[in-house]
Amino acid sequence: MELHDVWFVIIAVLWTGYFFLEGFDFGVGVLTKLLARDRTEKRVLINTIGPVWDGNEVWLLSAGGATFAAFPEWYATLFSGFYLPLLLILVCLIVRGVAFEYRVKRPEENWQRNWEAAIFWTSLVPAFMWGVAFGNIVHGVKIDKNFEYVGNFGDLLNPYALLGGLVTLTLFTFHGTVFVGLKTVGDIRERARKLSLGVGLVAAVVALVFLIWTQADNGDAKSLAALIVAVAALVAAIAVAQTGREGWAFALSGLTIVAAVAMLFLTLFPNVMPSSLNPDWSLTVSNASSSPYTLRIMTWCAGIATPMVLLYQSWTYWVFRKRIGTHHIAADVAH
Amino acid sequence: MELALAPETLARWQFGITTVYHFLFVPLTISLAALTAILETAWVRTGKEHYLRATKFWGKLFLINIAMGVVTGIVQEFQFGMNWSDYSRFVGDVFGAPLAFEALIAFFFESTFIGLWIFGWDKLPKKVHLACIWVVSIGTILSAYFIMAANSFMQHPVGYRLVKKADGTMRAELTDFPKVLFQETALVNFWHVISASILVGGAFMTGIAVFHLRKKRHVRTMRMSLRLGLVTALVGTLLTVVSADTLGKVMYEQQPMKMSAAEALWDSQQPAPFSLFAYGDVAKGHNTVAIEIPGILSFLAKNDFNAKIPGINDINKSEQEKFGPGDYRPNIPTAYWAYRWMIGFGGVSMALCTAGLWLTRRKFWLAPEHRTGDEDVPKLMLTKNMELTPKLGIWWWRLSQWTLIFPLIGISWGWIFTETGRQPWVVYGLLRTRDAVSPGVSQAEVLTSLIVFTLIYAILAVIEVKLMLKYVKQGPPELTEADLNPPTKIGGDPHDADKPMAFSY
Repeated sequence: MELHDVWFVIIAVLWTGYFFLEGFDFGVGVLTKLLARDRTEKRVLINTIGPVWDGNEVWLLSAGGATFAAFPEWYATLFSGFYLPLLLILVCLIVRGVAFEYRVKRPEENWQRNWEAAIFWTSLVPAFMWGVAFGNIVHGVKIDKNFEYVGNFGDLLNPYALLGGLVTLTLFTFHGTVFVGLKTVGDIRERARKLSLGVGLVAAVVALVFLIWTQADNGDAKSLAALIVAVAALVAAIAVAQTGREGWAFALSGLTIVAAVAMLFLTLFPNVMPSSLNPDWSLTVSNASSSPYTLRIMTWCAGIATPMVLLYQSWTYWVFRKRIGTHHIAADVAH
Repeated sequence: MELALAPETLARWQFGITTVYHFLFVPLTISLAALTAILETAWVRTGKEHYLRATKFWGKLFLINIAMGVVTGIVQEFQFGMNWSDYSRFVGDVFGAPLAFEALIAFFFESTFIGLWIFGWDKLPKKVHLACIWVVSIGTILSAYFIMAANSFMQHPVGYRLVKKADGTMRAELTDFPKVLFQETALVNFWHVISASILVGGAFMTGIAVFHLRKKRHVRTMRMSLRLGLVTALVGTLLTVVSADTLGKVMYEQQPMKMSAAEALWDSQQPAPFSLFAYGDVAKGHNTVAIEIPGILSFLAKNDFNAKIPGINDINKSEQEKFGPGDYRPNIPTAYWAYRWMIGFGGVSMALCTAGLWLTRRKFWLAPEHRTGDEDVPKLMLTKNMELTPKLGIWWWRLSQWTLIFPLIGISWGWIFTETGRQPWVVYGLLRTRDAVSPGVSQAEVLTSLIVFTLIYAILAVIEVKLMLKYVKQGPPELTEADLNPPTKIGGDPHDADKPMAFSY
């Protein structure tokens, strides 16, 4: 295994971390409309991710930064090629971050309602768009011999990619219901459990179609194994969630995301961005990567930093391990 | 194609707008994180309540500010790939590493521990809570370091070699990472940015403390804040001046064109003067009006009042010989005036804060009858027995209130100066800006994102400033029972399990 292969794995790990963590907090954002009955319940939901969403988002920045450093060609082609979808995601992430922080800073109902709507939409849209982006990466897009994306915005909205968007959206929402079940107490916890059945089944159907499509397209034995793990874990997560063992359900819905991302990266390898015009024009781990020296330095950095991050982020979850209910939410005060 | 709408121009405007905007929040985040940490340390060590109130007050402003810093920072990392893909391809091997380091080390620190700090008041023992804000502060400083190292590679590329890729184009490959991280340009640039950030924070705290003291509100907390702000500003002032002097000399070595543009020094001169005012004719390459102090530029650039300093026209000629035909001059009026606004706004604030530190002193060289207590607004004392005249006094109070934004304006001009002054290069001597843009991105796409970002940033600016004003006017909060009795266990004390959260979104 050469260094650029190692880096392919590291990038996959960073994206997995991002989708695992921000996955449920996007889901919780979507649930503010789907699950919450009143504004206090909305606040319960938002506060389950309050202390952690920002740290979760850094996994994206790390994936982006690491791609820049380890695979500059991939970074350049991907970010300039998927220009408008990324712009949309960026706008959402900007508004979303500000929404969490500023919503409670004024007592006026109007103010708070607007930010709540913003939290819903800016969670839903990126949850969908990331699936579209990854669908396109895996499926291949029009890349010319200079590694430039030569398709247009419409090309990115093909059926496979849109289905990918539905997968991430429904899967993240399901992951969110399970997380809410784990983190709340009272009536909302019960309803999260009930909702997880419906959302989970929809996610299972969409994911199954998408993953089988992926497998048929470009799969091998390893990706098939990942597919089976993903689907089995998802079915198990839905079943276990109904029995009220929320910790297990969350571990299983997390495993679903891990296995699904693993499958996508397995079918991708050794490409990082296949060209649909000519296989010779595909970006691969070898023609898109940085020099061995840079990769070695980056390996040291990621090798030391990532385990530390996992350690102190886990500690954060432990600090805020207590379940939250409506009685924990102080009356409407701006602060 | 109209030059004004060329993709390069649009991409540059977008980078300029998003970066200057992002950097309005960065220096304030760096300094307020440290100041909040210092105040909380004082609370933990002394148990005096006004320190906790100050921590909560300045911490709140810090949070309103950092929220914007964080979200606008995401754009920074992505737009290299979006608008500058050929730049990314050319320098990714070198430039990507510090950016990835920043994310993996600094951003994770900041974003994880800020969550702990915001929500941790009733979940963490005092000292652990305090440690969290210090980690955030360290994160902000590390973040600045990695970015300055990356930027310094654009100013003065080192530790790389040029390699021809399979498709025949060139790229820079990293050969010496420590050199990229620790080259003199990086160290000096970092110090200059950090010290200016300290000045930004000191002036910000001073201005707001003055606002309350003029109205005789929250005097105990604000008097202490005023002194902390003024001392911080003085530290920032001294460090900024020293680092600016070093940076000027380094830049004269590495990018003489930028520095001569800053002085509108068209022709080489020995000795060279420092320009106070100039109005010039760029096409003809000379000034029509110039007011100058002789010899000062020679001293600033080379530590010698009689040194010869190369002028714009001569440097342009030598760069043409080195890099081939072309115009190697940046936009001279922009460089000239940006440099002056940087020094002007920074300097006014430095002067006001240094004067304030003397005028509001408590005991030193002050007759006992003029000393004021903790609960009094300080008198402005010129000498041991002489108070500043009321007329002048009122001006100090007024201007010191406004000084809160001066260094922020200065620092913005500093960035505009150093980035436009490097043009036409994006990586000095290696890659021209026009060769760095994304070839596959259309004019319409760049225009769309330029408009979208500008609009959103403008709306958010209004919201942010209004919130800041609201919380500034509100002043430090009253402390609650829970504030004064922080938990003793990590995760919160069990008997508080059913109480409302101390802070909730």
